[in-house]
Amino acid sequence: MSHSGYTHEFTMSAQANDGEVRALLCNLRRQLADHGVAEPTCASAELVLAEALNNVTEHAYAGLPEGPVELRTEIGAAMLRFTLSDHGNALPGNRLPAGNQQDMNVAVEDLPEGGFGWLIIHAITSSIRYDRKNDENCLVMTIPNALNG
Amino acid sequence: MELQSTTHGTYKSVTVNAERIDASVAIQFKDAMRAEADGGPGHIVLDLGRVKFIDSSGLGAIVAAMKHMGKDRRLDLAALTPDVEKVFHLTRMDTVFTILPKLPEPANREAG
Repeated sequence: MSHSGYTHEFTMSAQANDGEVRALLCNLRRQLADHGVAEPTCASAELVLAEALNNVTEHAYAGLPEGPVELRTEIGAAMLRFTLSDHGNALPGNRLPAGNQQDMNVAVEDLPEGGFGWLIIHAITSSIRYDRKNDENCLVMTIPNALNG
Repeated sequence: MELQSTTHGTYKSVTVNAERIDASVAIQFKDAMRAEADGGPGHIVLDLGRVKFIDSSGLGAIVAAMKHMGKDRRLDLAALTPDVEKVFHLTRMDTVFTILPKLPEPANREAG
């Protein structure tokens, strides 16, 4: 079949709300650790998925009834791959937001309080792909699986 | 979201007694920080030593707390754990805040 190098996988699902997202993230972190993934990599994975899941909760399902999200995690010696799917609204313009660095050299009252999510996602992932088909969003992200941090 | 505050001479420390500042508590945290700041001294140090995880909503709530204090008062951060520090670094928020390794010794501490 494929030569992707992923040797283990598991799937989790949740309703797209803050409480279930938090529980899913804690569960993800536990499962990655149980598979021998190093602590700093578990932390990066949790952060990247937190940002992606918050986007689903806040934006994809905005104005819609709360819906499900599904996360498939694949673990390989070199990489971790996360496939996140939901049935919410498409990303604006059907494309990945850029996640540009924001200007911090401004007066305190003008500092940004948001817009960091995609910046964090792009900074941590090695690759990221977004597909919209059959009314479903699918986000595939990889991060390096650094063995000893 | 439990915050524990202590006044030390010229500043007030506010310790976050939670392991996470994430989307599910960001608004509560923002409100609790607002309450700590209102009527408080001109200098608050937010002790994040017990916080193991922060996401961009938590980060935004800390920025909101700083903005709420206004130009003439100061919010510093102390005791960031490695994963929290990483979020501040990735977003360059580490250039906006003064980040202390631990809570400063009060100038007029008790003898002993």
